[in-house]
Amino acid sequence: MLKRPSFFLDTQICTGCKTCMIACKDKNNLPLGVRWRRVVEFAGGQWIRLPDGTFQQNVFAYYLSMSCNHCQDPICVQSCPTTAMNQDEQGIVNVDPQKCVGCRYCEWACPYSAPQFNPVLGQMTKCDFCRDDLAIGGAPACVAACPTRALQFGDYDELATLYDSKTVFAPLPARDLTQPCFLLCIPKDAKPELTVDGGIANPEEVRNA
Amino acid sequence: MSEENIYDKVVWSSCNVNCGSRCPLRVYVKDGNILRVGPDNTGEGGPFGTHEIRACLRGRGLREWVYSPQRLLHPLKRVGRRGEGNFVQISWDEALDLIADKLRQVIDIHGNESVFRIYGTGNLGGVVSAREQIDRLMNLLGGQLGYYNTYSTAQITHAMHYTYGAKDCGNHLTDTANSKLVVFFGNNPAETRMSGGGSVRDLVVSQQGSPVRTIVIDPRYTDTASCFADEWIPIRPGTDAALVNGLAYVLITEDLVDKEFLDRYCVGYDKTTMPSDIPPGNSYKDYILGQGPDGLAKTPAWASAITGIPLERIVKLAREVGTAKPAYIAQGWGPQRHANGEQTARAICMLAILTGNVGIRGGNSGDREGPFGISFPTIPVGDNPVKTAIPTFLWTKAIASHDNFTDLGDGLKGRERLQSPIKFLWSFASNTLVNQHSDIASTQRALGDTGLCEMIVLIDNVMTASARYADIVLPGTSSFEESDLCYQGYAVEMGVLILRQQAIEPLGECRTLYDICAGVARRMGVEEEFTESLTHDQWVEYMYHQCRRLRPELPEKYLDAISQGVFKWNRGGQLKIGLQAFRENPAEAPLNTPSGKIEIFSKQLWDLSKSWILPQGDQITALPEYHATWGMPGNSDAQKYPLQLVGHHYKQSTHSSYANNPWLQEAAPHSLWINPLDAEPRGIRHGDLVRVYNQFGQTQVRAKVTPRIMSGVMSLPQGAWYSPDAKGNDQGGCINTLTNQRPSPVAKGNPQHTNLVQAEKACGAPPC
Repeated sequence: MLKRPSFFLDTQICTGCKTCMIACKDKNNLPLGVRWRRVVEFAGGQWIRLPDGTFQQNVFAYYLSMSCNHCQDPICVQSCPTTAMNQDEQGIVNVDPQKCVGCRYCEWACPYSAPQFNPVLGQMTKCDFCRDDLAIGGAPACVAACPTRALQFGDYDELATLYDSKTVFAPLPARDLTQPCFLLCIPKDAKPELTVDGGIANPEEVRNA
Repeated sequence: MSEENIYDKVVWSSCNVNCGSRCPLRVYVKDGNILRVGPDNTGEGGPFGTHEIRACLRGRGLREWVYSPQRLLHPLKRVGRRGEGNFVQISWDEALDLIADKLRQVIDIHGNESVFRIYGTGNLGGVVSAREQIDRLMNLLGGQLGYYNTYSTAQITHAMHYTYGAKDCGNHLTDTANSKLVVFFGNNPAETRMSGGGSVRDLVVSQQGSPVRTIVIDPRYTDTASCFADEWIPIRPGTDAALVNGLAYVLITEDLVDKEFLDRYCVGYDKTTMPSDIPPGNSYKDYILGQGPDGLAKTPAWASAITGIPLERIVKLAREVGTAKPAYIAQGWGPQRHANGEQTARAICMLAILTGNVGIRGGNSGDREGPFGISFPTIPVGDNPVKTAIPTFLWTKAIASHDNFTDLGDGLKGRERLQSPIKFLWSFASNTLVNQHSDIASTQRALGDTGLCEMIVLIDNVMTASARYADIVLPGTSSFEESDLCYQGYAVEMGVLILRQQAIEPLGECRTLYDICAGVARRMGVEEEFTESLTHDQWVEYMYHQCRRLRPELPEKYLDAISQGVFKWNRGGQLKIGLQAFRENPAEAPLNTPSGKIEIFSKQLWDLSKSWILPQGDQITALPEYHATWGMPGNSDAQKYPLQLVGHHYKQSTHSSYANNPWLQEAAPHSLWINPLDAEPRGIRHGDLVRVYNQFGQTQVRAKVTPRIMSGVMSLPQGAWYSPDAKGNDQGGCINTLTNQRPSPVAKGNPQHTNLVQAEKACGAPPC
């Protein structure tokens, strides 16, 4: 059993295909508007029309597949007024449906928009790291789905020896807010945190319903 | 909690649409319902080439599609006008009787040439549930009008034929690991071949840890560009040949061409290898340097003005390509899907030819990457007694004006002139009838007159945009409701056999294509010949044993094979190098061209240019020349319609398959890509509803304002379903409201990326 499960994303081979989103949706039977996993497109660059009618540009784009990061300091747990949001011994953050009243405080608090309100249930729902699959030695549905093998998972401490656990780039929030168990390699065109060069290019796809 | 406790069974199935790949799926079933669709879980960790063929989002979303509210569940008969979408439910017996009676009548009066099965790829890769079942049936009944070409590759197939005398002249994509430079013209495996067993996976594996420099030349900053390119060079659609001309000018004048290769392997580079009966001044070198009939030097400055690429970038690119050897130069199928697509495809090959990169390891011919696969058997279809064949794109003309349909004017094969119009049309798993064919308004006129084509029989899973135009709509089983064998697609480097099992009972009254054809065969008196006394499932088992003859290592017992579900064969060490035998020994292994060599100057095209009848403005040239066409900047239409429009392949659907799936619509919404420089003056902001229009029609769609599309160009992903409002104006963002039915000159192929349009912020709904 993994001590502390963590996702890892090789942003250099994530093509933004969104198979992870659909695999998650199918396995967890999520209604429209509920996206436990989302793929952010971060893009930018300027176009300049030259006097001769040709163009210069410095366009870039990269994708970030994001779910719950099962943070070491989960702000959603702290902000839950009913203690429905909890963290188990492996660090997996869960919602207790017996306690959740659907107030959505956790959603507002989470810088990754990981907790998702399910209007059918009237409650918060979220990624549970496919605990049922982990328990039988399998991979989370999103990881098992990834066509390019960009999305991986493993034990946080082991992954942190391979990849820099301080890596942050736009549009990721500062890591010290929640200490996410999510490791990444840096995209070739990565922009620094809080950059004005570029922005989220698909807000309608990742915004919470 | 193990899977066995939750589900009654998990059965192997597959995704059967036309992306080029073929992905196995595992279907979790409980109480006769699909609960979940899982990916291939076999072979990972073994040698490359037996790895998991992980389906992309489209295959993984199949549960939502199978249970779509738009599923067809009963046979339907049209009432009211064609295209109105009004049907009544009828019995299978009534439906099959109507079909057989009409088929008999049409054959009696108009002959077998008046029956046609329209092109369609919405159910591909199955063996028994294959569109060829209709061909098998029709061949037993005296045949049907044939077709050649596809909507995917018409122009490039002709280009390769005239240049190399072959098709599939590409090296494997994994050969890029051996290259010093990779140049992709409009090649986008990350979106067109996105299966985890397909080309994108091959590209990831070959590029990981490889220092090879990759340049993507495309009007759009594709997902292939964002992930794999060191540099993106945006180019105006349809001008790739002009770019190559400018590059060739630098290569020639700076002595960077492989003259030894050109002299030994090619015809027509310069006067030393020109055919003897061609007047001087017609060689490629003459053309590029301005010493040919047009007297125009194809300088980088000339190319820069046409392509929109800065002059110095063209010069630098030429030097890069001329000094990096081997270089893997490849094209996707977007550049060729244009009004000048044949010459564009030939021109891109010129870059590989001039630099001697053809037929070598790490190089490529300029063709798309080559496939690997095992040639498993297909069902026997018999012979078609009708030898007449049309270019597949011209079927509407064969309905509406057959007496004007000729060999020299329209590429008709087997006759000088079409004898009878199409009177009976079969459509299986095809949205070509309306949605995927050019110029929907014009198509509607051809179909709307029921005195022309008298019966349209359409078999599909869902009520598509095309199904509304059928007379008889038949509900077909989805791939989860029928057993079959499926073979690897062509977009992989491994051989694959999938034993797809029926996961659930057919919904409603759905039937397999085989049973439908057998029902018609019974009424036409050829049931025994058609079925050979076998059921659908018995055919599947029979075909499995045919596969075993080719691959004796397969289990002897069919039931054992079913339990394994998927079989894979690593291609081993057989790295495909296109045209390698010719390169190694041109005398012993000549090309299948008239000269046996690479034909830079094609005498065949020279002759066609003299004999074929072309509309004014169209060109057939013996050399891979650049010519601007209709639907491009500089054309008189550009004053009213100043923006070029292409229709990229988008992850939300495979062509139009699954485009109605709400999961996919949520994950990857349909939108119009427009550059900020074009959006701002029009007051268009990201997310706005936009009206796109030209002389052919109009459509509405949300704007994606993004620097990832070249200024002056928009892209509207092909495949979205035509959804007219009460006035007939499309609300679905279907690009074929805006495309032209005028075919390309040589192949008579579909030029669906050659479009000029205007865009404006939409007024109406929602109010602006």
